[in-house]
Amino acid sequence: MAGIELKDVRKVYAGGVEAVKGVSLDVQDGHFVVLVGPSGCGKSTLLRMVAGLESITSGTIAIGGRTVNELEPAERDIAMVFQNYALYPHMTVRRNLEYGLRNRRIPSDEITRRVNEAAAILEIAPLLDRKPGQLSGGQRQRVAMGRAIVREPAAFLFDEPLSNLDAKLRVQMRAEIRSLQRRLGTTSLYVTHDQLEAMTLADQLVVLSAGHIEQAGSPMEIYERPATLFVATFIGSPAMNLLPIEPETASQLAGSSAVRDSLSVGTTIGIRPEHMRLVGDEGIQDDEIAADLVVTGVELVGAESYVYGVFGAQKAEIAVRVPGYRHFDGGTPIRAAAGATSLHRFDSKTGLRLDSPV
Amino acid sequence: MPRAVFPNRILPYALLAPQVAITLVFFYWPASQALYQSTLRQDPFGLKTRFVGLENFEAVLSDPSYLNAIETTLIFSLATAALAMALALLFASAAEKVIAGKGLYRTLMIWPYAVAPAVAGLLWLFMFNPTMGTFAYILRRSGIPWDPLLDGNQAMLLVIFAAAWKQISYNFLFFVAAMQSIPRSLIEAAAIDGARSTKRFWTIVFPLIAPTTFFLLVVNTVYAFFDTFGIIDAVTAGGPAKATETLVYKVYNDGFVNLDLGGSAAQSVILMAIVIALTAIQFRYVERKVHYG
Repeated sequence: MAGIELKDVRKVYAGGVEAVKGVSLDVQDGHFVVLVGPSGCGKSTLLRMVAGLESITSGTIAIGGRTVNELEPAERDIAMVFQNYALYPHMTVRRNLEYGLRNRRIPSDEITRRVNEAAAILEIAPLLDRKPGQLSGGQRQRVAMGRAIVREPAAFLFDEPLSNLDAKLRVQMRAEIRSLQRRLGTTSLYVTHDQLEAMTLADQLVVLSAGHIEQAGSPMEIYERPATLFVATFIGSPAMNLLPIEPETASQLAGSSAVRDSLSVGTTIGIRPEHMRLVGDEGIQDDEIAADLVVTGVELVGAESYVYGVFGAQKAEIAVRVPGYRHFDGGTPIRAAAGATSLHRFDSKTGLRLDSPV
Repeated sequence: MPRAVFPNRILPYALLAPQVAITLVFFYWPASQALYQSTLRQDPFGLKTRFVGLENFEAVLSDPSYLNAIETTLIFSLATAALAMALALLFASAAEKVIAGKGLYRTLMIWPYAVAPAVAGLLWLFMFNPTMGTFAYILRRSGIPWDPLLDGNQAMLLVIFAAAWKQISYNFLFFVAAMQSIPRSLIEAAAIDGARSTKRFWTIVFPLIAPTTFFLLVVNTVYAFFDTFGIIDAVTAGGPAKATETLVYKVYNDGFVNLDLGGSAAQSVILMAIVIALTAIQFRYVERKVHYG
């Protein structure tokens, strides 16, 4: 068991491309930390640097208090689960699980014990004598997990392990990985581009963009108080509604004048679709502001629907969550309202969150 | 395999015809000619021909120089195939580690394949000729009594190296392609699993390229048996004292130089049987150990 500590880690490729621009991160012992970001944000590179598969241009990486910059992957006491599972196709499942242990000259009765134990936990005991080619995607995923577990490493590294599975299996394996990690208590670093996967798995969520950390914190912290415009739109689906405040914007809005007066030009306000409601006969509350939209489409998700519309002369796109199913033809005018407390404010230029009271 | 459906009965045969025609003209026809000729005996002037049954085979198999050629062939083929494959494998795994100039390295490695066998033979002959060869000079200067024109073992070494050198390019190309088809993540997983480079090679890379290795084993065996005629002819012409006379060279020598057409035909029939048997054995026993992804 051990924590992982990254200090000002940089990665510059031979061509001068800077993939990771000074990342510092402290993963506490036993925590499940998820690195999330769009493709090309450097999250996989960062994980591979921790694993020892990529060299570190500058900065230090420590696992369990020991600097590992110059150590071989094998010496870092980590296990990794790859996106394509990377099972050895010519070996049986049992040999796949044993491989890392045999290389470390662990006594054979100990190997048998660990393999059987892992097989029992993952329910792959009946598959031990098969080869990876004879397994389904979900089964391969379990074997890949098993190969990590038997090693009993200081940390697990996951590189988008669920992205090759179908949607249903993905949800199931997600829950299994989570409960397995809780049970074993092994420090885990997990890379994904799927924000939903990130939200549900993480103790701590790290949002990366263009090689640097945008925000790190618990999933709820990040969801409720996104630090930047990037985080605000990246976490949550559908994305947070953004409305850049222009000189005439305030006058086009309805509702509380105190709130409207507080909207200063050069800022952007954000409102999550679930914090908005459609205004009916009951009208607008005292602490709400409202906007008149022209409907562009409706998306039925099941228990709820999302009504999409555009606002005002600036044609800002706004999504509103409504319970059940509501139908609107395109072009229908509607009014949507949101409470003052659910507004997020950002500086339009820097993208940073503004925490001035409303 | 999915069943192909053709619009009419003739098309599938028409599509197969060119391949069948080539095999008929260049294999079955000459092979049957050889089979027929092996039962005939001709006088040296080609005026009289008579049927002798299996007498040619009897004569060939009781000829000590033929048994010597079998031994020579076995040593030569085994050494050539082993050397060509081992070196190609070594160079291919080295090619993986080249960082700058990967393309150039590969191109240079492939060039020898474009050299004609006789020319390749001449190159080696010039390099190691005891009177004018640069390398022969170096060898003698360092105290080795180098003279492949008189020493049969040295002559054998020379043709083995020349023949292997010619085949390394071909093997290299296949090994490089096979290694490139192994997903990088497998090697990385093995590295994390604590296998060092040598161990990774023997436990992961080598088993995964086994289908290619097996294919090359068959191809190299056939190469060493048949295609090395040009090199042997150019370098040693079977000498000295038949030390490098392989089966295929003896077929040529007895048939076209000594004009014993019947005996030569009998030898080529035996040669064909040996290669067919070898290939069958390889498929029967070696292929079992091969894992096809």
